[in-house]
Amino acid sequence: MLKLYDTELSSRLLLGTARYPSPAVLSEAVKRSGTGIVTVSLRRETSGGKTGGAFFELVRELGVRILPNTAGCHSASEAVLTAKMAREVFGTKWIKLEVIGHHDSLQPDVFELVQAARILTDEGFEVFPYTTDDLIVGEKLLAAGCRVLMPWCAPIGSAAGPRNPSALTAMRAAFPDVPLIVDAGLGRPSHAATVMELGYDAVLLNTAVAMAGDPPAMAEAFAKATDAGRLAYLAGMLEARDMAVPSTPVIGKAVFS
Amino acid sequence: MSLFLVKGAGVAGLAVAYELLRRGEDVDIVDYQDTVGHGASFFAGGMLAPYCEREGAEEAVLTLGLEAADWWDEAVPGSVIRNGTLVVAQLRDLADLTRFASRTTGHVWLGRLELAELEPSLAGRFDKALFFENEAHLDPRRALTELAKAIRNLGGRFHFGAEPPTRTKYAAVLDCTGPAAIPHIPGLRGVRGEMLYLESCEVTLKRPVRMLHPRHPIYVVPRDDNRFMVGATMIETDDDGPISARSLMELLNAAYALHPAFGEARVVETGVGIRPAFADNFPRIVETNDGLAIAGMYRHGFLLAPAMAKKAATRLSNGAVLREEMIA
Repeated sequence: MLKLYDTELSSRLLLGTARYPSPAVLSEAVKRSGTGIVTVSLRRETSGGKTGGAFFELVRELGVRILPNTAGCHSASEAVLTAKMAREVFGTKWIKLEVIGHHDSLQPDVFELVQAARILTDEGFEVFPYTTDDLIVGEKLLAAGCRVLMPWCAPIGSAAGPRNPSALTAMRAAFPDVPLIVDAGLGRPSHAATVMELGYDAVLLNTAVAMAGDPPAMAEAFAKATDAGRLAYLAGMLEARDMAVPSTPVIGKAVFS
Repeated sequence: MSLFLVKGAGVAGLAVAYELLRRGEDVDIVDYQDTVGHGASFFAGGMLAPYCEREGAEEAVLTLGLEAADWWDEAVPGSVIRNGTLVVAQLRDLADLTRFASRTTGHVWLGRLELAELEPSLAGRFDKALFFENEAHLDPRRALTELAKAIRNLGGRFHFGAEPPTRTKYAAVLDCTGPAAIPHIPGLRGVRGEMLYLESCEVTLKRPVRMLHPRHPIYVVPRDDNRFMVGATMIETDDDGPISARSLMELLNAAYALHPAFGEARVVETGVGIRPAFADNFPRIVETNDGLAIAGMYRHGFLLAPAMAKKAATRLSNGAVLREEMIA
């Protein structure tokens, strides 16, 4: 079982709720993915202080845990304010903390991120920080009180898949007991399987499902790939070798070549 | 002949009034505004683009939307401009263009030369474009004004503002009040759309241009008098307050990326409309206590109002849902 803060979850897939063709398609995708957690952007659906009333109601009706996020925030103070709003709107102390450094690349600003994480954990929030694969930033986030880390594997929405698997491997090795969730950059189910095979605890995706031709079917494909990757990790995989290894004895053959 | 009351003089209300009158029925139309088309319809793009809309919508949007251009041409002769739609993307977003092409039909790929020939203002700005030749567009404000004239010519009567209709007995009431129906119709929600009008004599476009972007896709629809409608945001709220600085910046930024001359354009108008939508973002004909509602037109008012109006008018003319002489 996956344990995030004090909550146990059977699904290792977390799903974003933005950019689906319609709330009805989103609902179907959530069902078929079997996910236990959806993330919701507060800021994107807010206007003039009024925030996505009817849409949020539809999200609540999905019947899964809601992990509000601070997407679109560019400073610690903005993110803290948005997190507090989210706590009011959704009645949860969970917050997916995103502090974006650059509007264009959507790369996290890890300095503001650590600062915001400290403020929010001090105020009783349970913080899910969206971060890079940098180990020192990871350490500082844990020191700030985070008990989950969510590194990217490629830029948000890029669908590029794991760009630096060795960095992800190093992070897994550095934080063996911390739940690690790959948060951004997954494009295909095989990407999800790959990071799960590296020992990651879960994956979080949005665009790859929401913008697929058939989002519910893609949600199910990702769920299966995530489970397959996890199962393979637990089962123990062979290490790759440079040459063929015959599965029958070759004694008696004259030469190998 | 029966007498019907249509509530709401936006695109859905006028379309169904027209369809009822064509079937020989009698129609009163009321609206709390003092003229036609001053609700959500006022902020519409007026794109009759069923192939493009199919990218993020059900097949029915395509099949029902295909008849829209002919319907408008017949109801309001000369209103429909059949120049197609262009879809482009910045170099770094070409993956989005490929994706758009794979989700839609009815298009051809254009190279630089063909694009320059079709839309000289965009010459050299994009290596590739998708051309949806069989799409069309219209000026929504002008089209509704003209449609109201046609309705008057067919005997329809308008009652604006606080002025009550002269008769009170109706065979059925049609609720076409758009976002105003959100509190009354279960499952209906509002999706905020922000838009603006630019005026520039340095850019000429013959057809709507959609520029794809992962976060801020826009469309630019040319109107007369060197004006361009630039739209539109999609925000999950029914707040109808003025456009936000962020949305304004994003729309202007995207317009500027489409053509730098838009940087010198005048911003002659900004506006905010609320799109009424059901969970599947597809319109429905809903039975009400005193008739029918055409609800949830979402972003497909001008595209799907003809089909929805025909369906509703046929049901009412056949008396399928009618009780005798209900009091409005």
